[in-house]
Amino acid sequence: MTGINRKAQQRSVEIISNKKVGAYHHMVFAVGDMATFAKPGNFVAISVGGSNSSMILRRAFAIYRSSDRGQYGGTIELVVAPHGQGSKWLTSLEIHDHVDMVGPLGVSFGIPAQPVSALLVGGGYGSAPLFGLAEVLKERGCRVDMILGASIAGKIYAPLEGKRSVNSLTVTTEDGSTGSKGKVTDVMPELIEKYKTEIIYSCGPMPMLAAVDSIAEQFGIMHQCAVEESMACGIGVCMTCVLPVKDENGVIKMTRSCIDGPVMDGSRVIWSSNRQIPEGTWGA
Amino acid sequence: MVENSNFDMRVKFGQKYFDSPVFTASGCAGSGKELSQFFPLTELGAVVTKSIALKPRSGRATPRMAETPSGMLNSIGLQGPGIDQFLEDDIPWLVANQARVIVSISGESVDDYASLARRLRVVPGLSGIEVNISCPNVENRGLVFACDPVASREVIEAVRRNIGGELPIIAKLSPDVTDIVQIAGEVISAGADALALINTLLGMVIDIDKQRPKLAGKTGGLSGPAIRPVAVRAIYQVHSAFKNTPILGMGGVSCGKDALEMIFAGASAVSIGTANFGNPTAAIKVKKEIRELLLERGFNSISEAVGVAHNE
Ligand SMILES: Cc1cc2nc3c(=O)[nH]c(=O)nc-3n(C[C@H](O)[C@H](O)[C@H](O)COP(=O)(O)O)c2cc1C
Ligand code: FES
Repeated sequence: MTGINRKAQQRSVEIISNKKVGAYHHMVFAVGDMATFAKPGNFVAISVGGSNSSMILRRAFAIYRSSDRGQYGGTIELVVAPHGQGSKWLTSLEIHDHVDMVGPLGVSFGIPAQPVSALLVGGGYGSAPLFGLAEVLKERGCRVDMILGASIAGKIYAPLEGKRSVNSLTVTTEDGSTGSKGKVTDVMPELIEKYKTEIIYSCGPMPMLAAVDSIAEQFGIMHQCAVEESMACGIGVCMTCVLPVKDENGVIKMTRSCIDGPVMDGSRVIWSSNRQIPEGTWGA
Repeated sequence: MVENSNFDMRVKFGQKYFDSPVFTASGCAGSGKELSQFFPLTELGAVVTKSIALKPRSGRATPRMAETPSGMLNSIGLQGPGIDQFLEDDIPWLVANQARVIVSISGESVDDYASLARRLRVVPGLSGIEVNISCPNVENRGLVFACDPVASREVIEAVRRNIGGELPIIAKLSPDVTDIVQIAGEVISAGADALALINTLLGMVIDIDKQRPKLAGKTGGLSGPAIRPVAVRAIYQVHSAFKNTPILGMGGVSCGKDALEMIFAGASAVSIGTANFGNPTAAIKVKKEIRELLLERGFNSISEAVGVAHNE
């Protein structure tokens, strides 16, 4: 974790836009120079509920995009799914309201030094950080193909301006309401062969990440995934957000997704559906 | 704001003085490094480390956390690297960064605590040892030490024998007991220099969709503002019975007013736990507000304010 969150700040930020897009809200915050340090894969943690709230924990959101200059100075954009009480409160706020934000937090996606062929796979609102990543990869001369999947069409987040930064976009829905019917992993092998994929990036629900990882392994392709565990602090002090991950010596440790992640090397994560401590874990 | 540069923030546990009455609570400040991104640790009375055991511990399966009204449940299960690696990694960094350090220890038997105390005795740079006795005693059917007056006494006696005279011993008690004053009496007579009040309360949340407990470990420790009145009550009762034993108060402190309640009830200092999660700079805010609020009320030091709620 050394050096992680060195650029993190805590500040009161102003909402400058809040628009409903499909099942989500696209929100823009004026954050000053917090934006300068935000990289694709980083997240922010926001206090919710107002000052007398009974919700005492921050909510973590992956950064969709950031820009360090513009009409409002630095901005950070988020795609918020109003699932729980906290995110519902956030999406109900209006322009000029302020929230307390900590960020940028966590490990960002690693960017290859060479221009390579990259496949970006997103599930639901997990697609959000992939668009910012696509822009960075594109600037480096990479080929960028993207697959977005969700249960239904309304849960695909694929804004027009985002589509400009990808060479191809494939959409899958489980009910077939848009794109091809099925899961992201159904179309992955074909695309990997067609575009000679050299690196896979993914973001979305854990079962999807696990399925993407097994395909990455099968093809012997490097896979960076942004994992999603529930977080109480987002800054590495509470140990609630852990998952079993092999360290550089192959030792399995319960590892914090907020500070040693959210972006992790997929081949090091011990994927399992039963959420037990795997046998052989250090200290088990 | 009222200005008074002479306001005395110092507190004393055993033979050690601390410059600030605000500490971090065990298990709520990582290794110290993580919070140091947000403020200098020298602002704290001391960093109280996560409870360290003899051996590495993976902790419990996930989910480990459930938010509750004005609080949260956790079942981390004392995940940690074990004393060897802890002394190699965490302590040198804290000491090199001029942080004052109180090491929290946890064990499964009286001997575990004794061994941990022996290991810590020779470590330079420490300012105290907090003994987390809210742990299951494997030698007594998993009964938590802190719930058993005899076991509580035995642990503190073992630590006292093995730690020598220098480092203050702070015994951390559980509120999940019938008579916390009785347990406090046992650990004080066993050699505790100070008490940490309170640890979390055992709780449970059921997921009504899955129709199962929400935490993988089923039960978890309740913390945050929801437990503050329980903490204030425990501090009040114990201070009433043992006026000369300093108390490190904790349980839902997130602002100066919360801290004042504890100080007036009898705490000499406070620890910030769950509030760090919602606000990484909570400790700084509490420290500043304690000073302002006490000055406004005509106090010139923390020690003057300790226990004033007991006055007739
Ligand atoms: C996530 C978490 C981990 C904790 N770990 C420990 C621990 O290792 N040792 C200990 O003595 N107390 C531990 N505690 C208890 C706290 O130190 C503190 O006593 C309690 O949470 C009440 O204070 P608070 O409401 O300010 O958090 C932990 C609490 C939380 C929330
Ligand atoms: S969310 Fe607290 S350690 Fe990761």
